[in-house]
Amino acid sequence: MFLPHTDADREAMLRAIGVKRMEDLFKNLPGDHLFPELGLPPGMTEMEARAELQGIAEANETVAEMVSFLGAGAYHHYSPATVDAILSRGEFYTAYTPYQPEISQGTLQAIFEYQSMIASLTGMDVSNASHYDGATAVAEAVNMAYHHFRGKRKKIVLSPALHPHYRETVHTYTRDSDYQIVGEEIAFEAAPSELASIIDMDTALVVVQYPDFFGRVFDFSELASAAHQAGALIAVHVNPLALGLLKPPGEFGADIVTGEGQPLGIPLSYGGPYLGIFATREKYVRKMAGRLVGETVDSRGQRGYVLTLSTREQHIRRERATSNICTNQGLMALAAAVYLSLLGKNGLRQVAELNYHKAHYAATQIAALPGFELAFDAPFFNEFALRCPLPAAEINEQLLDYDILGGYDLGQVSADLSHCLLVAVTEMNSREEIDYFVSALAEVSHD
Amino acid sequence: MNFPKDLKYTNNDEWVRVEGDTAVIGITDYAQDQLSDVVFVEYIVAEGDSAARGDVCATVESVKAAADVYLPVSGEVIAVNEALIDAPETVNSDPYGEAWMIKVKLSDPSELDELLDAAAYEALDRDH
Amino acid sequence: MTEFTAPKPVEPTVYDLSSPGRQGAYFPQPDIPLADLPEDLLRQDLPLPELAEIDVVRHFTRLSQLNHGVDTGFYPLGSCTMKFNPKINEVVARLPGFAQIHPLQPIETVQGALGLMYETQEWLKAISGYDAVSLQPAAGAHGELTGVLIIRAYHLARGDHKRVKMLIPDSAHGTNPASSAMSGLEIIEIPSDARGNVDLEALRAHCDDTLAGLMITNPNTLGLFDENLTEVCQLVHQAGGLVYGDGANLNALMGIARPADYGIDVMHFNLHKTFSTPHGGGGPGSGPVGVTAKLAPFLPGPIAAVVEEAAGEEPPLYGLVNPEQSIGRVKAFHGHFGVIVRAFTYMLMLGEEGLRAASEHAVLNANYLQARLRDAYHIPYDRICMHEFVMEGRWEDVPDVHALDISKRLMDFGFHPPTNYFPLIVHEALMIEPTETESKETLDAFVEALLQIAEEAHTQPEVLKTAPHNTPFGRLDEVKAARDLVLCCWLPESASA
Repeated sequence: MFLPHTDADREAMLRAIGVKRMEDLFKNLPGDHLFPELGLPPGMTEMEARAELQGIAEANETVAEMVSFLGAGAYHHYSPATVDAILSRGEFYTAYTPYQPEISQGTLQAIFEYQSMIASLTGMDVSNASHYDGATAVAEAVNMAYHHFRGKRKKIVLSPALHPHYRETVHTYTRDSDYQIVGEEIAFEAAPSELASIIDMDTALVVVQYPDFFGRVFDFSELASAAHQAGALIAVHVNPLALGLLKPPGEFGADIVTGEGQPLGIPLSYGGPYLGIFATREKYVRKMAGRLVGETVDSRGQRGYVLTLSTREQHIRRERATSNICTNQGLMALAAAVYLSLLGKNGLRQVAELNYHKAHYAATQIAALPGFELAFDAPFFNEFALRCPLPAAEINEQLLDYDILGGYDLGQVSADLSHCLLVAVTEMNSREEIDYFVSALAEVSHD
Repeated sequence: MNFPKDLKYTNNDEWVRVEGDTAVIGITDYAQDQLSDVVFVEYIVAEGDSAARGDVCATVESVKAAADVYLPVSGEVIAVNEALIDAPETVNSDPYGEAWMIKVKLSDPSELDELLDAAAYEALDRDH
Repeated sequence: MTEFTAPKPVEPTVYDLSSPGRQGAYFPQPDIPLADLPEDLLRQDLPLPELAEIDVVRHFTRLSQLNHGVDTGFYPLGSCTMKFNPKINEVVARLPGFAQIHPLQPIETVQGALGLMYETQEWLKAISGYDAVSLQPAAGAHGELTGVLIIRAYHLARGDHKRVKMLIPDSAHGTNPASSAMSGLEIIEIPSDARGNVDLEALRAHCDDTLAGLMITNPNTLGLFDENLTEVCQLVHQAGGLVYGDGANLNALMGIARPADYGIDVMHFNLHKTFSTPHGGGGPGSGPVGVTAKLAPFLPGPIAAVVEEAAGEEPPLYGLVNPEQSIGRVKAFHGHFGVIVRAFTYMLMLGEEGLRAASEHAVLNANYLQARLRDAYHIPYDRICMHEFVMEGRWEDVPDVHALDISKRLMDFGFHPPTNYFPLIVHEALMIEPTETESKETLDAFVEALLQIAEEAHTQPEVLKTAPHNTPFGRLDEVKAARDLVLCCWLPESASA
């Protein structure tokens, strides 16, 4: 399969090498277990594989077949057809990292435009070419702050309202180092000022989320000042779609903005590949990990782009690199660039407002049901925590009978929140769907 | 390649010019040539720091490589050459003059005896 | 130094193309009553470009045409395995049953996806010989970090706190030391011997009770199967250390040799190399990690598993489990599922025999190129290679010609250059990996180009020094890019108002 060799080719090639048969190429390999039996099935044609995979795909129930209010870090949005049309161009998706700029200007310029739009959106000076996802972008922010202070400041303040997967990823990344991670013990209801109270002169970084894991939107200006007064940095993790409407973290004084770029035209795909956004201030650019594209000129006087500041990276610095990152999410960054180019300033504002209004309509309707209330009273964007009369797990199970994906059971984050459901509403949810959800909630809560 | 006779050298390609009780430190012509076009100079120490021989005091970067500059002698840092931050290419054009990097007030002048003279430096066995 | 004329753009940026009032995608009007917006949290200005849909399509189509990809031409980039990316992979990954499922759906609604993940783990185990696999890591370097964290966790769980040294051969990829450093380990470089193998004497000197492990790439970055691999693993094990395998070069080994059989304890797979998923201009990749039984409890979760065995007519129920001593998550959710779907499709199509044939032909193609180029280029470690080989891009009689010049000249013939200046232990290295999906005709044309270039290097070196000539761009000024640092463009003030 996928081999163009004819028998005549093979023979001619073996002859040119000076061996008789294919096995001779391996006769000097050590070990006594060559050519093992793998116990795998025989191959199949494309037609058969397609049918097999079609069958597997159909064993899944999609968010389009059901009515979905599931978010918690991955969202069902509309991606205009042009996004996938561009991503499907082989010149983009079959290229490697653009190490040879003369024949990679497509990728390089697209990343440069991505960096520019992310900087515009977040209110920062520079963006890198991407990290793996939101969780690893946050972990890299922690890593960057540690290096920025050359290991002299050891405390990392993590907001308890940062996505639990991200917090866990930070713990994994830092498990063998001497970081001290604090803040997660603070109550979920707490205002940002409570985080400010634990910042001290040993704090390297404060990490908050905007909107936070529970959908809430806080102004972090005062928290940023408190961090800066102690000489610490502050990173704000964003949902980039919300920034179509909300004040960019640059205006709060954020030093680093990370984000999960999936809402920008990237399919749910059961959790990945997504897009780790990472942007910062110009003064920290050399401390930032990941690839970076810069503008320059070629030998013919044409404007062009190259990977730059690569001395920060592992292939030159090896063990002293700012991070080990090599492969990133190039194609997903391209998706975000196409998505943002298409929507532009007005389209992004429009879709962000649509999310906001639909979520607020749903919240108002549900909160009017007996036994239901919003768990927090802070402003929110397109997601909100709902306190239910029954455990969220039970409600979700019953909603499945209505073909509804109810929301994320917050009992998985904390036992205190076992009656709370995290509900996401996007432009994909029609009024009819929302009303159906409300009536289903009314019915299941009576059981 | 030029290795002035009045300077002392390390086998990590730093040079030292002794001016009274002060050591002026930079990187050699060989080092700048190996790096090629220098695009960035960063200081790890600041004026007023006391630093020990062997501490990393600066980082010099070209497009393809990054080199740490180690202090050849111990003492208090009395000046760093801020001009190189805005004009890193000076490291290529005038490594022993305008591109001095750090001045240190010597705390142990006997350390100077362990440095190489120009002839010994030039005779170092280079891998490539 | 001052430039008076702005460089000419070949393709304007989306910011250059912006015109206030344009829009390329629209959304329906709200079908619900509007809520009050939080006035003090609203942004005043959103300085994004404004384009019509057709402008966006043409812009990115034109950009794509400035790229070289596997779909446009030969791409012998060493250690990157730029093999053909089957189109069926793309079709399958976009099926709604895969693209439109949420990672937090109840397991009953995603049995297809979990079954596919489970089967992928099983296939990778069979190919490598490992007892357990986690699909979570997002790329090769991410898999390495995971592997190193697992090694640390294993030693610490046994109360063995002294093990702080990681040995890394000098031929290793830069991600190896960088990953180890992220885990707080001390890195010690081990030299290669004259045949390109790990130097056993040097290794022995470091095998003591402070040894955490050794990271080895096999075949190594010279394209050679380490002849001492069995002894290397034994030495490390005798000292109580563990061996990490960088699986970047697994394309040479499928159905031929299993890393676990040699004593490599933990290894990552690069689905975007060995298993035909596209590189996407720098990602996404996928870097699953395989381990022997004693390391299985430390794998990052969640891992796909059978949570209820099949019974009679009932199929098994698949779910997600966390190994009991797991190092924890290394990212959100369950891994790059979309990439995993592509790799699984590829493995299904190849089957047992096809996997072996792929590796055999990868090795055949590399040896064929090596045999045909041997007279014109110096090959410092010259023996039967695996799926790639390294030659020197220099001749003593023309010292001004460098590997970089050869690479740039190759572009004029429509080929992507080999990997340059890596591994570091070969002067002016050109690392060539043809992959199995290239025909003899393509390889012959590549050889002819390299032979002509070798000739030109001696007769008209300026053709090389000024190359490329037939590409849309000439050499780019990397020094200017690093000194002037322009990393973003912005809308003109008037347009963003």
